Amino acid sequence: MALLEIKGLKAYYGQIEALHGFDMELEEGEITAVLGANGAGKTTTLRAICGMVKSSGTITVGGENVVGMSTEAIVARHKIAHVPEGRGTFVRVTTEENLRLGAFTRRDKEIEKDYERVYHYFPRLKERRNQQAGTLSGGEQQMLAVGRALMLRPKIMLLDEPSFGLAPIITEELFNILGQINRDEGVSMLVVEQNANLALDISKNAYLLETGNVAMTGPADKIMDDEQVRKSYLGY
Amino acid sequence: MDLFIEQTVSGLSTGAIYACLALAVVMIYQAIDHFNFAQGEMAMFSTYIAWYLMDDAGLGLPFWVAFVVCIIISFIGGAAIERIVFAPISDAPVLSHIIVFIALFSMFNSLAGFLFDFTPKQFETPFGHTALIDGVISAHRAGMVAVTLVMLGLIFVFFRYTPIGLAMRAAAAAPDSARLVGIRVGFMLALGWGLAAAVGSVAGMLIAPITFLTPDMMLGTLLYGFAGAVVGGLTSPLGAVLGGFLVGILENWMGTFVVGSQLKLTVALVLIIVVLLVKPAGLLGRVVVKRV
Repeated sequence: MALLEIKGLKAYYGQIEALHGFDMELEEGEITAVLGANGAGKTTTLRAICGMVKSSGTITVGGENVVGMSTEAIVARHKIAHVPEGRGTFVRVTTEENLRLGAFTRRDKEIEKDYERVYHYFPRLKERRNQQAGTLSGGEQQMLAVGRALMLRPKIMLLDEPSFGLAPIITEELFNILGQINRDEGVSMLVVEQNANLALDISKNAYLLETGNVAMTGPADKIMDDEQVRKSYLGY
Repeated sequence: MDLFIEQTVSGLSTGAIYACLALAVVMIYQAIDHFNFAQGEMAMFSTYIAWYLMDDAGLGLPFWVAFVVCIIISFIGGAAIERIVFAPISDAPVLSHIIVFIALFSMFNSLAGFLFDFTPKQFETPFGHTALIDGVISAHRAGMVAVTLVMLGLIFVFFRYTPIGLAMRAAAAAPDSARLVGIRVGFMLALGWGLAAAVGSVAGMLIAPITFLTPDMMLGTLLYGFAGAVVGGLTSPLGAVLGGFLVGILENWMGTFVVGSQLKLTVALVLIIVVLLVKPAGLLGRVVVKRV
């Protein structure tokens, strides 16, 4: 059984149905990419997993349905760390306090040690540890968002357009680190991306969303070779 | 010169009260983006509770016991108001919030009059009224400043150095991100309201021996508290505290040397208007840019 299983997922913004009932799976320890144009429902899918939009259908994490649970409970109980669109930085507190907040639901004594774990992946954050987070650059804030997610010691990381607004070289660095985190820590990842090439590179499987439905699914390399996908999303 | 020193010191002591109210207002402002117009009336009602706890006609508890019990009751009351009244309308437009604030204002005001009648009551002070340092300051005013400073220090340490204080700041500033790290935002908001009500109750209990206890005792005081919050910056708790002290001193200087005591309250209003016109963010506040 997959770690995360979505069945017949529908999601609503008020009266409007944004997802029309689809299935999706994320295997333990794997990276899965979710691709699609603007408005296809990628972000909504991630938000539904975290209980941030009204939804129906089932989303099971480790065999337990989380639809209807509060965001706080899903995060605390199932160790799902969401790196949101726009990074969700707590701008008025320091870098290290942001990391501390990432570990808010943890009660163990290892939190202090985990700062070093994050700084190992992102040495830049260590230099900025006492700086107000709002003054970090876009790339640094994205690293901070991933670092904050790591502080939860997550089983699943949901990444919403981590490349958004970043220089190509920073994006590449970030995706390398994401791949490394996946290998070292065994964290499963669901990555939503406009930059399909990068996402497919580090992913094992991929889903292609079109206006609230799954248009195509399969191993990442197959999807990458598909002519239609190449024309529409990869641009060559 | 003596008059000047005396007025400055006494301004500092009333400033302590304004600082408390300004802080309470800013704590709630940061969480829900609105002024709590009922902050003063909540503080006044808390003070009546303290009076009831202390008075021989009530429970007859010693001052400091009543003081602590009153803070606890106020904390619970403030948290309850958030949960019962404000949580259900958290997505409602500004106007709904303002109406509710006004409703709370008149409810507490009338309720206090109804339960405890409108005649001014004497409120006990544990410090006494003896004059200290050649009459520059009374013992009660000195105690007032001391208690305020201790409380402000505790609040500073709480917000700055405890995980729960950090979580409260995070929940107020970025509720969605806070949920995503597992913070129960609603709980934190209620906690914030509880703290604000507790801080207000301390202000009420400290000022009551000077103003006497009446349902209207907080009207002017809250206005000065607002002025303090605006002067210091609505987004900065430290600014609000400094603003409160500043307003207290300015009030006395203006009242004694410039406009006379009848126009003292006008000073607060003029100050609010001038700050909003010249430096809307206040002394320590930051300009908040909103995307539309």
